[in-house]
Amino acid sequence: MATKPGTQSLNTAAIGRIIRIVPRSRNVEAALLIFALGINAYELAQIQLSTIAILRSDIWLYWLPVALLSLAFHTLLRMRASEADPILLPVAVVLNGLGIAEIYRLDLARIAQHQTNLFAGKQVVWTCIAIAIAMLVVFFIPNHLFLRRYVYIAMVIGAALLLSPLVPGLGKTINGARLWIGVGQFTFQPGELAKIALTIFFAGYLVTRRDSLALVGRRILGVRLPRARELGPILLIWAASLGILVFQRDLGTSLLYFGLFIVMIYLATGRAIYVVVGLGMFVTGALVAGRLMSYVSGRINAWLNPFDPVNYNAIGGSYQLAQGNFGLAHGSLLGAGLGGGLPQLVPLAESDFIISSLGEELGLAGLFCILVLYVLMVSRGIRIGFTHPDDFSKLLATGLSFVVALQTFIVIGGVTRVVPLTGLTTPFLAAGGSSLLANWIIVGLLLRVSDSAGGAPRAVSI
Amino acid sequence: MNRELKRISAVIMAMFASLFVASTLIQFGFADTLNSDQRNVRTLYDSYKTKRGAVLVAGIPVVQSMPSADQYHFRRYFSDPMYSAVTGFYSNYQGATGIEQAMNSYLSGKNSSQFFEQVNALLSGNPVSGASVELTIQPKIQRAAWDALGKLKGAVVAIEPSTGKILAMVSKPGFDPNPLAAHDSAAQTAYNKLIASPDQPLINRAISGQLYAPGSVFKVIVASAAIANGYKPTDTFPNPAKFQLPGTKTFIYNSGEGKCGGAARVSIADALRLSCNIPFAQLGIALGQDKIRAQAELFGFGKALKIPLTVTPSIYPTNMDDSQTGLSAFGQFDDRVTPLQIAMVSAAIANGGVMMKPNLVSFVQSSNLSILDQPNAQVLAQPVSSDTAKLVKQMMIGAVQNGVSSNGQIPGVVVAGKTGTAQNGGSAPYTLWFTGFAPANNPKVAVAVVIEDGGGMGQRGFGNLLAAPVARKVMQAVLNK
Repeated sequence: MATKPGTQSLNTAAIGRIIRIVPRSRNVEAALLIFALGINAYELAQIQLSTIAILRSDIWLYWLPVALLSLAFHTLLRMRASEADPILLPVAVVLNGLGIAEIYRLDLARIAQHQTNLFAGKQVVWTCIAIAIAMLVVFFIPNHLFLRRYVYIAMVIGAALLLSPLVPGLGKTINGARLWIGVGQFTFQPGELAKIALTIFFAGYLVTRRDSLALVGRRILGVRLPRARELGPILLIWAASLGILVFQRDLGTSLLYFGLFIVMIYLATGRAIYVVVGLGMFVTGALVAGRLMSYVSGRINAWLNPFDPVNYNAIGGSYQLAQGNFGLAHGSLLGAGLGGGLPQLVPLAESDFIISSLGEELGLAGLFCILVLYVLMVSRGIRIGFTHPDDFSKLLATGLSFVVALQTFIVIGGVTRVVPLTGLTTPFLAAGGSSLLANWIIVGLLLRVSDSAGGAPRAVSI
Repeated sequence: MNRELKRISAVIMAMFASLFVASTLIQFGFADTLNSDQRNVRTLYDSYKTKRGAVLVAGIPVVQSMPSADQYHFRRYFSDPMYSAVTGFYSNYQGATGIEQAMNSYLSGKNSSQFFEQVNALLSGNPVSGASVELTIQPKIQRAAWDALGKLKGAVVAIEPSTGKILAMVSKPGFDPNPLAAHDSAAQTAYNKLIASPDQPLINRAISGQLYAPGSVFKVIVASAAIANGYKPTDTFPNPAKFQLPGTKTFIYNSGEGKCGGAARVSIADALRLSCNIPFAQLGIALGQDKIRAQAELFGFGKALKIPLTVTPSIYPTNMDDSQTGLSAFGQFDDRVTPLQIAMVSAAIANGGVMMKPNLVSFVQSSNLSILDQPNAQVLAQPVSSDTAKLVKQMMIGAVQNGVSSNGQIPGVVVAGKTGTAQNGGSAPYTLWFTGFAPANNPKVAVAVVIEDGGGMGQRGFGNLLAAPVARKVMQAVLNK
């Protein structure tokens, strides 16, 4: 460690103050953020007017904390990461706010039916915690290379988080999948955080091993196979992914980790053989698991024929998927309007099926906007990968962006019947603290990495 | 690395492209199929947003929707159980019956004639309002029929012969449709109670249900067939006190178990006047089942009919031997009728042989007061010639004026009519009938009354005792006498 991290960032801030350069990107961010917060306020107002016909003062509870914290985040970026990407924060805020609004709207439907399990308040609290922690990430991580020091620690943390639901007494099974840990009333999905730790580990591991993975190895039938010492970790990841499939019973999580690893190893080595072999191994493993485990084949039947009465009426069958599709169809092109649909008819409308709730109320037009927001966020992350001069940062930014993209694809694809339905959460939208926390940390990391992507030479410390 | 990154970007774009395509297919391409799936209750819930139109009688709503502070937005209110057979019920759980069901497309604002309103509603964002349905029922006549039946089980139908307008339609016991319109489990409880009742109050006895043996009111149809086939009212048949059905050891009797009048032979007119079974059995056998059936079908037997409520077709049996034909000629064996069918026979005789299509709907009016539908009086058939109708009418006048249908008499008015007392086998109580019309020379109303279970008198009740007075009160209500 050449200099203390704190000293370095203090230097940057001091230079910024002296030269009085306020990068244009921060002003863009401020404008977009105000626009995003305006949209969020409008959504909440529309929901109150549409469902209870008056504007109540409690509307501020669902808007103000998030607005203040995101403005604080913006201020922090001005001070500590002034070159950071200006699009990521407003997009995350507008998606998060839309999620809170729809969850609040579903809460109002629950209140009308005298139910007491409400989610919007919790979602606001978790959003605040998540933004605060993302701010801490930006504040305490001095530069993009800092994390490279903790690659193997990240691996240990990632593995521990991933395996923690399997610990007897700690792990909890919800809706058939063992993805949660619980202490008392409090439940948490550690896999969400594990994906960040593992992305850091993959990035660090691959950046050191990329040459031996790419160049060394015996040629068989014209294809260069990696050596066993490089192959070992790959097999380990493969086994771990199948382990998730078998023991935690969730196809989506399994696919997410393995997909992430394949993409990162391909990016690091440039060798398509890893993609081909990796996908082959995963599909084979999943098919065998599907044969042996009824829940996988049940999910696949429900995916292929959700409206078949046999699947529709089966316990754990396609009822939810079919109802979600009914909701989407009911939304049609322009939607029923926020508060105007009946999203509460779909089980887990506030979490797994938030996208069908939004699709019903905002229509195809609104759903397209949401997808475009995700594309925008992911493309900003990929852009960091393109422009960053440092390979570790390239891998990290791409990995984090891809994990958001793949997770979005698996969840929304599950609801729209592109892939079988799984238990992953929709980033930023779905109710649930673990997911918010993880995705905001990803935003924090991408912002931190992007701050150094501009190409301007800077003092860095390793 | 950037080459790989480009490819990864392409994969990401392909993933999102598939989401764009899939959501377009669900929300646009297959949206209609998904929306029409019966498991998709959203379509149903959407219909609750429509303020359902009212059902009116003489301009006053007897069924209407009032705002309710729940997901259904409106609740249906029914003013009086005496209209229950006509309006039916409207339930979020059990669907609808009666006018509520038959006129649903208008009441719910979904009829194609409300297209412009629907477009307007789409553009303004306000749900379309249902159209209201004005009935042909006259409250005073309906009330008279409802009160006249009292606690008896049965039905009354009154028709205006010249137009086919249904002036009254009562089925007893009635029911209160309001509990069924409740939005909670109370509706289900109320429905279960009604459906379990042995009295079957949910059935509109006037047009559906088990149908009834017509007994002697069927003689009007056989008499019409006879005249149409060349018989005269004065033609006579042997007049024994008992008659052995051909090919059987079974004897049949006239209702008094004596001869039909004192003479050796009895005319068709006297047989109808005194409602004798033996001459009609002989007449039926002489005519043959095919001619009787042809006449019955001209009157509407065996034919589907919507008024716009669906009417169960009445039945004249097929493939009978002579003994069965003899029984069928005085309304026994397997003859089965609805009260509406019997009222239609009287109305056709009253209207010079021309049978008008019975109809309950006067007009349909949209929420912006334009008339969407106004059914015209419509000729359904001409079952008998005007000459035949005139002769049959004369015989029916005789039955009321100095025959066994005397309780149909109204002071100062000539009434044509016919009673019936149908056996239901063994010791089962009789089914009691009266049908007729008044004034005979210028008919304003044709009625049919049926009373089940012998009117509570088992096999001692008879048509002239219990059914004829009910019909008389209904006709008096029409004629203000």
